[in-house]
Amino acid sequence: MNILIFSLILLVSAYMAGLLGSLTGLGGGVILIPLLTLIFHVDIRYAIGAALLASIANSSGAATSYIKEGITNIRLGMFLEIATTTGAVTGALIAVFMPVNAIAILLGVVLIFSAAMTIRKKHEHLEQTGSKLSYLLKLNSSYPTATGEVNYKLKNVGGGFSIMLLAGVLSGLLGIGSGALKVLAMDGAMRIPFKVSTTTSNFMIGVTAAASAVVYLQRGYIEPGIAFPVVLGVLGGAFTGARLLTMMNPQTLRIIFSVAITFVAIEMIYNGFNHQF
Amino acid sequence: MKQIKKLLVDRDIELFIGQVLRTGVITACSIALVGGILYLAQQGAASVPDYAAFKGEGAEYTSFGGIFRGVASGSATEIIQLGVLVMLATPLLRIFFSGIAFAMERDKLYVMITTLVLGIILFSMFGGLKV
Repeated sequence: MNILIFSLILLVSAYMAGLLGSLTGLGGGVILIPLLTLIFHVDIRYAIGAALLASIANSSGAATSYIKEGITNIRLGMFLEIATTTGAVTGALIAVFMPVNAIAILLGVVLIFSAAMTIRKKHEHLEQTGSKLSYLLKLNSSYPTATGEVNYKLKNVGGGFSIMLLAGVLSGLLGIGSGALKVLAMDGAMRIPFKVSTTTSNFMIGVTAAASAVVYLQRGYIEPGIAFPVVLGVLGGAFTGARLLTMMNPQTLRIIFSVAITFVAIEMIYNGFNHQF
Repeated sequence: MKQIKKLLVDRDIELFIGQVLRTGVITACSIALVGGILYLAQQGAASVPDYAAFKGEGAEYTSFGGIFRGVASGSATEIIQLGVLVMLATPLLRIFFSGIAFAMERDKLYVMITTLVLGIILFSMFGGLKV
């Protein structure tokens, strides 16, 4: 295969990854790494470098629309970024000492977890009383709905912060946005309404990914021949996905895709144990 | 001055940050696209390098100096890497502008938090963690 054909196939595949990632809410990176390693037989380190870039592109590209709708809680995002960036730098440091196979297996486990998270039931819970820390850090806020502004308050700020630290480590180690863990921290621990937690999570992913990407760039994980088709493709796919989302409800797609990604994850884990990376 | 300040502390600064991010992403993609087209025009017919074996990139792709020297000499791959650098800079810009917004609101706590986050990333960049 020559470079031209390889780049074009990669561009189209990355577009599909971006489209599916955006429709299912899993993010492009989660699909990109198995795609690059299992199908294109690219070393997982190059795949991680490319996926980090794609995460940043998605997060920065989508920020405008979320901010416009006034859903993102910027203070909360900034506060939790202390945890995710610290985690991401730590993750990038640990990555050097981790065998490549262990990274593949861990990624498989995180994929299954992310798939399970996308199909779980989402309930819009609104807390009327916040924890002490939530007032101190001015994290309680409101967001617009069809029936007007809705106020919400936060609980268990410390617990959420700790999960975010872990999300950061995984993001730095695996090159994914780990949006599923971020939502778990905000949605599950801190009791933030689902809409706010997903958009704030997306808002944070770019900064988190940048914290480890600068290390990976210096380590030579970012290969221009892979980076350019991947970034352009994923971003294009994500924009198409965002458009489609306003017209359709992808619940069925989510379920089918979660099952598919689980099989991919099992393959990653299987290959990891058989030292295929 | 008062009016400008009011304008900025409003949600306008958030929208402005969003615009900065979008412009950054579009710029990064355009640079990568130009580099990519050049790369395909020059090397498209060559066979694909063995990406299954990780070698790690050399200084021409991994350092400011290397990338800028390559761009100056018109090398396609370094132009792509310049796009990568611009992409990496967009979240940093966001933190920077958020910090300014908090400063205008005189929110000392969040100015500190923002500075801390920026500090962590700068440490990651220049802290020699690449080993």
